[in-house]
Amino acid sequence: MRKFTKEKGVVLPLDRANVDTDFIIPKQFLKSIKRSGFGVNLFDEHRYLDKGEPDVDNSNRPINKDFVLNLPRYKGSRVLLARDNFGCGSSREHAPWALDDYGFRVVIAPSYADIFFNNCFKNGLLPIVLNRDTVDQLFMEVEANEGYQLEIDLNTQKIIKPDDSHLEFSVDAFRKHCLLNGLDDIGLTLEDADAIKSFEANWQAQSPWYFSETETR
Amino acid sequence: MGKNMTGKTLYDKIWDAHLVSQREDGTALIYIDRHLIHEVTSPQAFEGLRIAGRRPWRAGANLAVPDHNIPTTKEERSQGLAGIKDPVSKIQVKTLDENCIEFNIFELKMNDLRQGIVHVVGPEQGATLPGMTIVCGDSHTSTHGALGALANGIGTSEVEHVLATQCLMQKKMKNMLVRVDGTLSVGVTAKDVVLAIIGEIGTAGGTGYTIEFAGESIQSLSIEGRMTVCNMAIEAGARAGLIAVDEKTLKYIKGRPFAPAGELWDRAANAWRELVSDTDASFDRTVELNGADIEPQVTWGTSPEMVASVNGSIPDPLAETDTIKRGNIEQALNYMGLNGGTPIKDIKLDCVFIGSCTNSRIEDLREAAQVVEGKQVADSVELAMVVPGSGLVKQQAEAEGLHKIFLSAGLEWREPGCSMCLAMNADQLGEGKHCASTSNRNFEGRQGFGGRTHLVSPAMAAAAAIYGHFVDIREINI
Repeated sequence: MRKFTKEKGVVLPLDRANVDTDFIIPKQFLKSIKRSGFGVNLFDEHRYLDKGEPDVDNSNRPINKDFVLNLPRYKGSRVLLARDNFGCGSSREHAPWALDDYGFRVVIAPSYADIFFNNCFKNGLLPIVLNRDTVDQLFMEVEANEGYQLEIDLNTQKIIKPDDSHLEFSVDAFRKHCLLNGLDDIGLTLEDADAIKSFEANWQAQSPWYFSETETR
Repeated sequence: MGKNMTGKTLYDKIWDAHLVSQREDGTALIYIDRHLIHEVTSPQAFEGLRIAGRRPWRAGANLAVPDHNIPTTKEERSQGLAGIKDPVSKIQVKTLDENCIEFNIFELKMNDLRQGIVHVVGPEQGATLPGMTIVCGDSHTSTHGALGALANGIGTSEVEHVLATQCLMQKKMKNMLVRVDGTLSVGVTAKDVVLAIIGEIGTAGGTGYTIEFAGESIQSLSIEGRMTVCNMAIEAGARAGLIAVDEKTLKYIKGRPFAPAGELWDRAANAWRELVSDTDASFDRTVELNGADIEPQVTWGTSPEMVASVNGSIPDPLAETDTIKRGNIEQALNYMGLNGGTPIKDIKLDCVFIGSCTNSRIEDLREAAQVVEGKQVADSVELAMVVPGSGLVKQQAEAEGLHKIFLSAGLEWREPGCSMCLAMNADQLGEGKHCASTSNRNFEGRQGFGGRTHLVSPAMAAAAAIYGHFVDIREINI
């Protein structure tokens, strides 16, 4: 996994609560068997005026000029500022893949849906939780100042504002460790292979009915 | 008060039994008993295994079935893979077949009689058992909690992780109890109960929790009904929903293909009877509803929490004092093409969809058939379709003659799959069209680009098909 240490970039404000993963990446793009290439279809139903399809050239599609992602002042954004319950709905990891592929590295919101929140960490994307008032304040600052940027330092757990003041955020210690070092979860878990084997043997002895193997049917 | 003084919740019990190891910050390694796989969220996980040269830890713990992309017309299905017209969908289904062969994973293929929606198939095959940990790259995995299993949806990275290690890294959730006591009125179903719960706690109300559903109204539900409730735990923000094991649970499981038999059954059944929360267990949050007060529910907006009684009206955004909430209502009504203050019964439907992992089981189809028997779909309804949850549900329904009732009333009778719940196949709701749907999500574009979804129970959807607008199922002659 890609390491996450520091990120700095333009902040894009998505002023809408309960943004679901269908909103982030509509279902027709989930037919891909790849992990990449979803960025051009991020927020597809809002970003374009027509219906998108996989494997078509998006450059000729009519653009929704009013949608925040299409406003020139937010070009090249790396930080997404969002509202409550961001990423609710479907468990599709295509949602963080699409955000990442577009170029986002950080999401800031007052709250997230659990599965989306978890999926972000598996992809080197940092979802930060800040309280509602602080998020409100950031929305006002972003909208008032063109080119508004934030710098996120994971190691010190600080968000540095353009005026050099900073906000602090909390992050789970183990997740921070994995992000900072770009660690592969599976590799880490397999270091405990003996513990898993021993658990499995005991569990099977105690509850053999859970070991009705499908491959034999 | 010492923590050891209180009893355990059902969630605590299953969690503790599957704990392999735990780090100081609470991150735990949890053993997974059953992994369910479908074609959409698995290809990148298998690819990851291939790149790393890894094999499944325990291939026999997995069960795969294609469901999301599958066509539902008889003509397309009869041609097998070649019948999938969309080339991208076809590749995805074919990729699942190939991956299952390569990694020795049991798959119920597209035209196997036992194929169906993964969350219908698991319990039906006895692959879902009480006390198990179950995961699937699909948020509606919460469904399996109806049988007292700890089941939750995961992303594709975790699909790969569970394939490679038979474990997941998780942090324990908090415990929430949702109690629904009282007797449900006739015509009020599991779907109405869960929509009422979501209306009460909101779509993020269960975030960070595992919800246990309990109380008289929940206990009175059939296993199919309990699945409907747990299925939508995720729409209340909870990754997992649970219902305690009782004799109904055991009766449902006994004799199913992957369920234990003989002496092993007796031992398992005894162990499973313990899968209830202790009477002195403590919950971090408790929510209580009176089942007798619940009326048939209809969603009017673009989030499952935007729900009202069929006898109610769409809220007036101007009456909402919270500016963010008002904005949400305005946005939703704008998308839905509806006005605040409109009675729910005045909403006209263009389409009716009966199916999905929420409501496509035999009991759902019986309820819908009872409503449409001897009647005709309204002229204004362009499409009304019934999509059974599995080949076995379809077979059972046909044995009972339900398909004839649907067909003579003017509804289409399709082959099993996810269909118009998420519209990844050809079954898509048209732009601007209103659909009475027994599915689980009314998000913008969910059932088709620009489509407008109203979530309801199977009986309410069936009645809407006949009348062309919503009616209170309790007020019509069946």
